[in-house]
Formats: sequence, C-alpha cells, structure tokens
Amino acid sequence: MSTAVVSIGRFFRYGNFAIGIALTGLVGLTALVSFFWTPHSAILIDVAAKFRPMSAQHWFGTDHFGRDVFSMIMVGARNSIAVGVVAVSASVTFGTALGLLASARRGWIEELLMRMSDLAFAFPAVLTAIMITALWGPGAINAILAIAIFNVPVFARVTRGAANAIWAREYILAARAAGKGGLRITVEHVLPNILNVLIVQATIQFALAILAEAGLSYLGLGAQPPYPSWGRMLRDAQSYLFEVPEQAIYPGVAIAIAVLGLNLLGDGLRDAFDPRLVRKR
Amino acid sequence: MTKTFVVAVAAIIAAVGVGTPTLSATRDSVRLGMTLEPPVLDPTASPAAAIKEIVTNNLMEGLTRVSADGSVKPALAESWTVSEDGKTYTFKLRRGVKFHDGSPFSSADVVYSISRAMSPEGGNPGRNLYRAIDKVTAPAPDIAVFTLKNPFFTLPYVLALGDSSIVSEKTVPTNKTNPVGTGPFKFSRWVKGDRVELVKNQDFRDKDKIRLNRATFRFIPDPNAIVNALLAGDLDAFPLGVPTESVERFKKDKRFKVSVGMTEGETIVSINNGKKPFDDVRVRRALSHAVDRRAVIDGVMSGYGVPIGSHFSPLHPAYVDLTGLYPHDPAKAKTLLAEAGYPNGFALTLRLPPPQYARKGGEIIAQQLERVGIQAKLEPLEWAQWLDQVLSRKDYELTIISHVEALDYDRYGRENYYWNYANNKRIAELVVSADQAGSTAQRNAVLQDIQKQLALDAVNVFLFQLPKIGVWNANLVGLWENSPSPSNDLTDVHWTK
Repeated sequence: MSTAVVSIGRFFRYGNFAIGIALTGLVGLTALVSFFWTPHSAILIDVAAKFRPMSAQHWFGTDHFGRDVFSMIMVGARNSIAVGVVAVSASVTFGTALGLLASARRGWIEELLMRMSDLAFAFPAVLTAIMITALWGPGAINAILAIAIFNVPVFARVTRGAANAIWAREYILAARAAGKGGLRITVEHVLPNILNVLIVQATIQFALAILAEAGLSYLGLGAQPPYPSWGRMLRDAQSYLFEVPEQAIYPGVAIAIAVLGLNLLGDGLRDAFDPRLVRKR
Repeated sequence: MTKTFVVAVAAIIAAVGVGTPTLSATRDSVRLGMTLEPPVLDPTASPAAAIKEIVTNNLMEGLTRVSADGSVKPALAESWTVSEDGKTYTFKLRRGVKFHDGSPFSSADVVYSISRAMSPEGGNPGRNLYRAIDKVTAPAPDIAVFTLKNPFFTLPYVLALGDSSIVSEKTVPTNKTNPVGTGPFKFSRWVKGDRVELVKNQDFRDKDKIRLNRATFRFIPDPNAIVNALLAGDLDAFPLGVPTESVERFKKDKRFKVSVGMTEGETIVSINNGKKPFDDVRVRRALSHAVDRRAVIDGVMSGYGVPIGSHFSPLHPAYVDLTGLYPHDPAKAKTLLAEAGYPNGFALTLRLPPPQYARKGGEIIAQQLERVGIQAKLEPLEWAQWLDQVLSRKDYELTIISHVEALDYDRYGRENYYWNYANNKRIAELVVSADQAGSTAQRNAVLQDIQKQLALDAVNVFLFQLPKIGVWNANLVGLWENSPSPSNDLTDVHWTK
C-alpha cells in the first residue's frame, strides 16, 4: 500500500518532469526546424487565399491574409524562445551579480539594492514592460529589454537570499580563515552552491517571459509585422472570433504548451535539486 | 419531479412569450451604437466626428441641412435667394422656433453663431469653411443676410455642417456638456464612458413627424463587443463602423438589415512630398503602381470599399474615376524607380495610426512595396503620437490615414500641410475658382481639374473610400445608408412593427 503510494508519487514527480522535458523539447525542436524548413512561407501575404480551412496543404488553415498558420506557429516559436532566452540570460546575469554583491558586502549596499528591487516589485511585471515599450517604442528588441528589466530584481532577490544562507556556513568561515577575499569566496564557494536555485528560477522566469512576450505582442508592443509572433496571431484572430474561432486556438495552445512545459520542467528541477526531498527518499 | 420541471419551463416560456409583444408594441425609442465617444457635445468647439454623429440634425440645426442623398435642404431657413453677382445670400428664417431652453430663435442668433464660427477666438474647428464670408447681418428678425468677399457656391452646404450649428449665446458656455439647440431632440443625460441619451423635443415645429420619443447612443469601441451587442439585441442599430468581417454573418440573419454605403473618408497612403526621394514624381508614381488597391480592400475591409484614384468622394456628382491612371504594375514601378535613380529600391518607414485599415493595410502594403524593391519598416503609433509626429511635425515618410471630412480637397492648396505638396499654389487657385464658379457645371469642371491634377502629381497613393457599414434591426427604418456628412439623422427614423 505505502509502496504503491510512493511509486505513484514518484511517477507524478518524474512523470511531470518527463512531460515538461517533452513539451519544452517539442517547442525547441519546432523553433529549430523552422530555421531550415516550414511548409509554406510564414510571411507571404496572399489575400485571395484567406481563411482556408484545415487541409493537407495547410495543416492549420490560413489566416486573414492567406498566410499558412502552421508555418507561422513554427516561426513564432522561434520568436518566443529567442525573447525568453535573451531576456532571461540578461536578467540572470545582472540580477545574480547584484544579488551576490549585496550578499558579499551587506550593509548599506544590500539595503539600497533590496529597497530598489522592492520598488521594482511594487509595479506589476507586465505593467512595467508596457511602460517601457510605450516609452521606447514597440519592437522585439525593446520587448526583450523590458522583460529583462522586470526580471532583474527577481534574480537579485533570489540570489541574495540563497547567498546569505551560504555565507553563514562554516566552510565559508574556513575559507575566510584561509585568507580568501570576498570576490574569490563568492566565485568559488557561493555561486556554485546556489546554482541549482538559479536554474530553477530561470526556468520559471523563462515561462513568464514567454507569457509576457505574448502579452506585449497581443497589445502590439512586441515583435512587429511581418515577423510572426504568437501574441499577435492571437490578437488578429480575435477580430474573426465569430467567423473562424479555430484561428485563436492554434496560437493559444502553442503558448499554453510552451508555458506548461517550462513550468513542469521547473517544478521537476526543483524537486531534483531540493535536498529535503532527497532526504525523504 | 419531472412534471414540476415541465410546468416551470412552460411558465417561463409563457412569461417570456407574453412579455415580448407588449414590448414591441410600444417601440418609440431607439438604441444606437457608436465606436468612439465624443470628447464634448458641442460641434462648434471640437472637430471630433462623433459629436456631429449625435448632435447634428438631432439636437442642433443649421440654416440648412444635408439630407440622406447629399442634397442641401432648408432647415432653420425656410428659403434663400442669391444675388446676381453671387456675393449676397438672403435667408428667410422660420418663425416661432424656440431653443430647448425656451428662448426664441431669431436672426440675431444666426449673426452671433456664424460670426463666432468665423472669429479665431470662437475656437471653431471648421473656421476655414467660412473663408469667403465678409459679414452676416440681421435686417429683420426673420431675415439673415450673408455678404461674401467673392462668390462662394458652397455656402448653403457649409451652413448645413455641424460646425455651422446655430446656437444661443446664453448657452454657449455650457453647450459642451449640456448642448442646447433647436432640433427635434433635447439632451437628456450623458453617462461618461457609456452613453448619451436624448428625448423628443415636444416644442419642435414638426413634432408630429418625429416618431421617436427617446434615443440612446452607446459607445462600444471593441469590434467583438459590437457584434455581440447587436446579436444580443442590446442595440437596435450600429450605423457606422460595424467590423467588416462580421458582415456576412449579419447578412444571413433575417433579424438584421445590413447597409453598405459610403462615407466621405478618402483612405490614402500619405506621402511626405518634401522628403527625398519622395520629392520626385517618378518615385511617387512608382509607389502608386506598386500598391494593389484591390488586395488592400479585400484584405483589410473584407472587400467593402470603393477604389479611388484621387482625393475625392465617388458620391459627389463631380467625381471622375482615375483609378486606371496607375494600374497595379510592379514592373512599371521598378522601371520608374530605376529612372529616378533607385534601381535597387530603398528603405522607408511606414507610420501607422491605430485603425485597422492602417495597421492591417500597412502589412499588405509593406509586402507590395517589397516586390518592387522598397523595404518598408512598419511603425505603429497611438493617435496622440500620430497627430504630433506626423500631422503637426511632418516627421514621417509614409503613413496610412482616412481623411473623413467632406470636400477636403482644399487641404492640397494649403501651405505647410503635412504632405508638403509642392504644387499647392496651383490647387489653391483652383479651389478659389471652384468657390467662385457661377454654375454647378462650371464648378464641377474645376473640381474635376483638381482631381486630375492631384492624380497626375501622384501626391499620395489613393486607396479607397471608407465604407459606411451599418447593421440595424430589420424593423427599423429611416437611418442613412450613406454618410454625406457626419450625422445620425433621427428625424425620419421609426419602427415598422
């Protein structure tokens, strides 16, 4: 009985992880393939061929400009992943550096950085992104910057919290006694020990970045036409919701798959890294 | 259990069934939808077309009125005569007309309203309309005399526009939020962000001809919400701006009447003629050849929209069809570009205001330009940015916009208008000679010269006339099919059952 419960629990733990990997892999693979091959052009407008239903030629039909929706979804994956990767990498870099700095120095630097991130947290993330793109003008680059900026305090916070716990450890005391400086301790001891936390956080922020990008594109602030983006496809489909409702489903499902996949992956990674769970097993 | 359920359902059906006929028997009100809410309700204070769509012909009247077919009919003036030299118009006014606040209407109000519209301090958005008027006088309470600087054939038409509404001096300070006029309906209330309500003016001179007791204008900007409101019966009519993609759906539904008419909106790709390389007429002609109007109309307006070849409404009797001047021909466009020194094309920015015709049209046009080697970068702008950057500061290369004012060809004669049109003096001369023409035939001939000159210079890429797509309850009659001037005239609106 209890063994069965444990194995079901394990299945969910690892099953979810596997599903997460599969879904994320699917999105990544689609994006990769789109560089070499799409069934049709994702950009070419042919108004005469608009709103073709699903067929062997057009797997997901065509949109209001006669473009092949399947091809657009494929190229759109590229856009989502690119925005997610670039934005999250940038915010990990800056956020982690700031968090490590705060943790290594403590005192007023820590106070200042954490109060600044409190300030950034006071605004809802997507609102910040809308403000930034409204200020700098819409476009893929500015969307990336906006998403990166609102993610920086997230990583700064997480890093500082985890790093503070490490700094209290005895081996840090030993390293200090051995005469190592703050920078060296940070790089050699603190960073490697908080990496798992960062990886989990990055995966989850990746999912949020994809959602944010879709939201910005939906509002017309993300990638500009003719480059396809899931958010804009959703917005375009909305005007034809009564006539061709399926057009809204494809990009919607694509976004859902990407976000769900990354969330499950993040959960799975956290379970794998979490020492308390390891002890239970 | 089942029995109780059946009885309950029957009771509900009976209640609904009994309820509906009593409702329809007392139909003396109408609920109309509009996409934009007016900023104020005084058409003499702000250019927003939404004001005129509510106020003109309903709340406020001019001396004349534009009727559904575009002809000019008497309103507050019973009749008028023109002097031999065309420089003096004498209007005989209706007697016994009262403003909604009870004060009597007389020629003094005409003198006040028009003089105010003409003066820079009056803040009237259409001040240029009155360019030919020298002065207005009131020799008798029921006579108003307009003395002109030169013959001005369009005067009776101009006096029918919302800008020329006759207002009472007493109520001018409050007209923005509580408009007072002489029309068949009185202002009742304005729920900001939602609706404006009007009630019948029981003191109206022809009150027996007005069959509505109440009218509500609701503001719904979202295309899907418009369709929903009509389908659910929350609105009786949406006279202008029903999403084109929903037209087929309403056509199939017997409950609705679909009306596809025309507005005065010339939708064009505006070109900054003052900026290189667009100062070269060959480049502008190449743009005209490169753009396929039909594809734009099909892709953006679901096929609704009449192609135009110059800046002029096909509704007007003087219209000439110039769409054949620059047929869609990418090869020709490339040749012209090569002649102008751009064999490999060039890059430009296309700035797009929020309406769908601009945002979606921009995507199609960008791709059409790409086929002749022109790389167009799309840049969406909000209205405030567009007005500032494009219209005021002329900081743009191409943009897409609908010019919705009637007879707005005179803008091509203006100095410093945002197109930076080099041949504007020639157009200004033609505008004057059209104004001063002695007969309709003469005037129409000049108007045709204007259209041809604009097309020849390829000032802009002329796309299509913005359609007036209206959907209303099949039992509702009397709404305008076309929009010869912005107004939802409710004078003849009534229910057949």
